Amino acid sequence: MLSFVAQRVLKGVIVLLAIVVLNFFLIRLAPGDPAVVMAGEAGASDQVFVKQLREKFGLDKPLPEQLFIYVKGVLTLDLGFSFRQQAPVAKLIGERLPATLLLTLTAFAISLTLGILFGTFAARFAGTILDTGITVFALIFYAMPIFWVALMGILLFSVTFDWLPSFGYETVGANLKGLAHAVDVAKHLIMPAMTLGLFFMATYTRMTRASMLEVKRLDFVKTARAKGLSDAVIQRRHVLRNALLPVVTLAGVHSGTLIGGAVITETVFAWPGIGRLMYDALLQRDYNLLLGVFVICSAMVLIFNLVTDLVYRLVDPRIEFAS
Amino acid sequence: MKQFWKSMLKSPSGVIGLVILLLAISVALFGPMLFPNSPWRMVQRPFLPPFTLSTVPLGTDALGRDVFAGMIFGARVSLLVGLVSTLVALIVGMPIGAMAGYFGGKVDDALMRFTEFFQTIPSFALAIVLVAILQPSIYSIVASIAIVSWPPVARLVRGEVLSLRTREYVQAAVVTGQSNSWIILREILPNALSPVIVLASLMVATAILLESSLSFLGLGDPNLISWGYMVGAGRTVIRQAWWITVFPGVAILISVLGLNLIGEGLNDALNPRLSREGR
Repeated sequence: MLSFVAQRVLKGVIVLLAIVVLNFFLIRLAPGDPAVVMAGEAGASDQVFVKQLREKFGLDKPLPEQLFIYVKGVLTLDLGFSFRQQAPVAKLIGERLPATLLLTLTAFAISLTLGILFGTFAARFAGTILDTGITVFALIFYAMPIFWVALMGILLFSVTFDWLPSFGYETVGANLKGLAHAVDVAKHLIMPAMTLGLFFMATYTRMTRASMLEVKRLDFVKTARAKGLSDAVIQRRHVLRNALLPVVTLAGVHSGTLIGGAVITETVFAWPGIGRLMYDALLQRDYNLLLGVFVICSAMVLIFNLVTDLVYRLVDPRIEFAS
Repeated sequence: MKQFWKSMLKSPSGVIGLVILLLAISVALFGPMLFPNSPWRMVQRPFLPPFTLSTVPLGTDALGRDVFAGMIFGARVSLLVGLVSTLVALIVGMPIGAMAGYFGGKVDDALMRFTEFFQTIPSFALAIVLVAILQPSIYSIVASIAIVSWPPVARLVRGEVLSLRTREYVQAAVVTGQSNSWIILREILPNALSPVIVLASLMVATAILLESSLSFLGLGDPNLISWGYMVGAGRTVIRQAWWITVFPGVAILISVLGLNLIGEGLNDALNPRLSREGR
């Protein structure tokens, strides 16, 4: 078990390093000489200043050395400086990370719970009108772009019914404390989390349904039935447990898409997370910040993948920890 | 081939999907000819509600531009980007997967690590970064979508090739001294195509969603109107004019739904073993 974890962590670190290297070259691909761009962003572009910047950021050194400096910086959590926001990139991301984690984890929990629930129902009543209804519903949600679902949510629940706030993390200037604050944040969270969750809910629904129908036909289910176990017990303990394995795999694969969806969701709902930060960086062509967010997103995906891998092995004892 | 169409037309989702796709393609091809309003030109007063004037059936946006014209011209961009980027992804992914599966060993290892690497990077974030750095244009959008969507193709083709290369007819080709590339291209790949076609239809749908998301964020080609751009432009005025965001979104929903349904129909028709019938 331990050696397995160590191996996976090592692999993750290698991939992350590769992403950092890729990032370095992407920054170099960005239009314009970085020093000139930085000088322009700082509001002064005379030759002396540009030369100073070049020396300060090691841009006058040969490329391999620059790469080394950059990688070393990232490893010590120095992701560069955002001239637009006048703050270190790592600090900006650190401030925004909790909001993104709150949003993505809530959305993930919603999508997994509802997806497994609907999928189980559809499989249990396969071929009936309920099954068709759930399948059509899932197909439609699967085909809707997240930004549009978000806007339709705003149109319905904020503009028409005025039930939920349409933007932000909390009521500005309300200065709520304790429970009242938590309720306020939760109210702001419902729509973004549902928006982000619905797309994934659709995939989990379809996956759970297909997988349960697959497992249902296997011999051990017949054995369970022959033993005289009740249908509910068979469904829950034998079918569902085995049917969930591909769903867990899918959840791991989806973590990257979840982060991408968060960029859109946070943009529409002005949710103060790193997705929104990425959008701001995009608008202002703040490449340091943009690529800093990109590295952090990749790291989050790697961690998430590692966790799902571990969960997978816990759920399915047939898989051994030895590689 | 006849058999294929027969089973494709038997699956209800396949038929609905085909109808939707044919409709979308004809709108993209002939719509702009039949509907000469430029999507960029001001044709009426701004914020004209839909269903008030027959010349601008779906109303106008904040700049008085025809929403219906935008949707028709937008169909071109969505379908074009969806199809071309999928094609590029296939051109990149298929040889990588085929080589990994055919040669095995170290080649397989190296190519699969490379593929996994691209699969780990959050795809939408990478697409954003690439388009932003290469500057938004239809070419950079197609390239970025292709770059983030080829890995599943490579993995699928690798698996197919792995199982096909031990078949007797492939062994026979090896014995008769055919070159590796001839065997891969003429003997193996044609037999590995069915699942690739199913995947490709779903990839076109995903590509359309990706393109619309990029355009929504303001990373679309500035010279081409697209559905995502229209929703993005209507976003700030959603309280006054719902129709600017609602209609283009419906267009995206219907096209993506159609392609997903085609994917299901193709799956039933091409992989009868995996068909959902009889479960």
